Amino acid sequence: MSALTASPAPIDFSQTSQVKMSRLFRVELRKVTDTRAGLWLLVAIVGLTLLADVIFLFAAKSSELTYENFAAVTATPQGFILPILGILLVTSEWSQRTGLVTFTLEPSRGRVVIAKFLAVVAIGLAAVAIALALGALFNVIGAGVAGGAGDWDLGFAGARDFTLLQLIGIIQGLAFGMLFMNSAVAIVLFFVIPTAWSILFGLVGFLEDAAPWLDLGTAQQPLFDASHSLSATEWSQLLVTSLIWIVAPLVAGVIRLLRAELKSA
Amino acid sequence: MIEVDGLTKAYGKHLAVDGVTFRVEPGTVTGFLGPNGAGKSTTMRMMVGLTPPTAGGSTILGVPYSKIPNPGTHVGVLLDASAQHAGRSGREVLHLGAMLMSLEERRVDEMLELVGLSDVEAKRRVGNYSLGMRQRLGIAHALLGDPQVLVLDEPANGLDPAGIRWMRGLLRGFAERGGTVLLSSHLLHEIEMIADELVVIGRGKIVAQGSKDELVSASGTLVRSIDLETLAVALKQAELSFTRTATNSLIVQSTGEQIGRAAAGAGVVLTELRPAEGAGLEEMFLQLTADDARDEVPS
Repeated sequence: MSALTASPAPIDFSQTSQVKMSRLFRVELRKVTDTRAGLWLLVAIVGLTLLADVIFLFAAKSSELTYENFAAVTATPQGFILPILGILLVTSEWSQRTGLVTFTLEPSRGRVVIAKFLAVVAIGLAAVAIALALGALFNVIGAGVAGGAGDWDLGFAGARDFTLLQLIGIIQGLAFGMLFMNSAVAIVLFFVIPTAWSILFGLVGFLEDAAPWLDLGTAQQPLFDASHSLSATEWSQLLVTSLIWIVAPLVAGVIRLLRAELKSA
Repeated sequence: MIEVDGLTKAYGKHLAVDGVTFRVEPGTVTGFLGPNGAGKSTTMRMMVGLTPPTAGGSTILGVPYSKIPNPGTHVGVLLDASAQHAGRSGREVLHLGAMLMSLEERRVDEMLELVGLSDVEAKRRVGNYSLGMRQRLGIAHALLGDPQVLVLDEPANGLDPAGIRWMRGLLRGFAERGGTVLLSSHLLHEIEMIADELVVIGRGKIVAQGSKDELVSASGTLVRSIDLETLAVALKQAELSFTRTATNSLIVQSTGEQIGRAAAGAGVVLTELRPAEGAGLEEMFLQLTADDARDEVPS
């Protein structure tokens, strides 16, 4: 650009390419880790996974100290925090109003949503990897120090169920975040709705039979089961409840996010 | 180049922005002036696709903003300096932008230096920044991708007088290199210092636009009287057109002599009679502000 040009040449956009999806993905992944809140949640995931294994090492009978069990005890603490990460990745764009920048640098909101989705899946998989790695470590420790059984039997089905469980959780978090666009509301509803729902099914007799088809928690029970052999009916129940609790909020959340107006102060 | 054509935004029955049309040419710094709530921010958000317009449209560099590939490298946008994650450091905010726009990390250091944020300040979390520091960070973010166009909403808000002068130099230099600048403000004096073209908005509508010199000079004669009503009648009879201001004076589109004759004919005592100069723009602006009745207008 030369100085003092009154009418510069028309801009040729063919030289600039669209922002690559891999770039959007890396930026979204970094946004999970580069704030204090995000960093502490990640630390908490690793810490609680470790803590669960330590407690199990001392509390369980030596015959129970197997790889499968060491991996399984980390599912619940991780399942508490992963969804919060998913929620905050979206709601912070509104609560911290960073969406003004995010959706200005990438006006295609759909692509930002896809990048966020990929980012939470990557985090979910990383959490599972950490759980399996720590589980292996503690299985060795358990066998060596506490005289544990030390069985390595986890198998494909066990790893699959464990991964599925965590991914469902974090994706549900992302969906709730998009749907409610408010950290507090999304987090509270994420934890209150399933509990309220379970109580309802427990109290109302005729609903009890329907629970596996309507309640995600009930439908997920077989995933915790040591046999890891879901029947066709159980798979269907998992699918139907996931449609209700994950896919439906996800679709509604995406629609809301695509249409939402971003306001400045 | 920015072209805004009939942009309209309705919230229910309320028209926040009503058929706004203007152009911003390359090589100029255009001020978008209006009282709080006049529709400046809504217009700017519509221009960059964050708020869907009810009607009308706009283009930047000849295309709608959403069609610009990697838009940060063509259009620098600052809509709200406080809209940054409080838990992120200033440097990290710029780093994320550079990552997304595919820029070298060197750019982050250059921009921090340009806006005068030290290494220590850049490492602090944005939540601890003053408004002035956030504005500087926001300017750095807008300039990061070396754009040809700048769209800045209230960028001088929170800057001290030295900071405003610094921004004037920065934006003028940007325009002299062929860049296009649109910046908004609700303060007339601030915009008079920085901009050379003006677009004035009030209650969603454009009420004046043109070069600052034009708007400041072409404003007739200011007249005050102990009996403003009789004077108004006399001016009407003499077929002189005038507008009433918020500060008990009239701006008349004619010479002092014509007004003096009309007043003498009606026997009205004048207390002031002078070229309006900048008063026209200022009066218009005060009027806009007074109508919105948010603040007391000093009289």
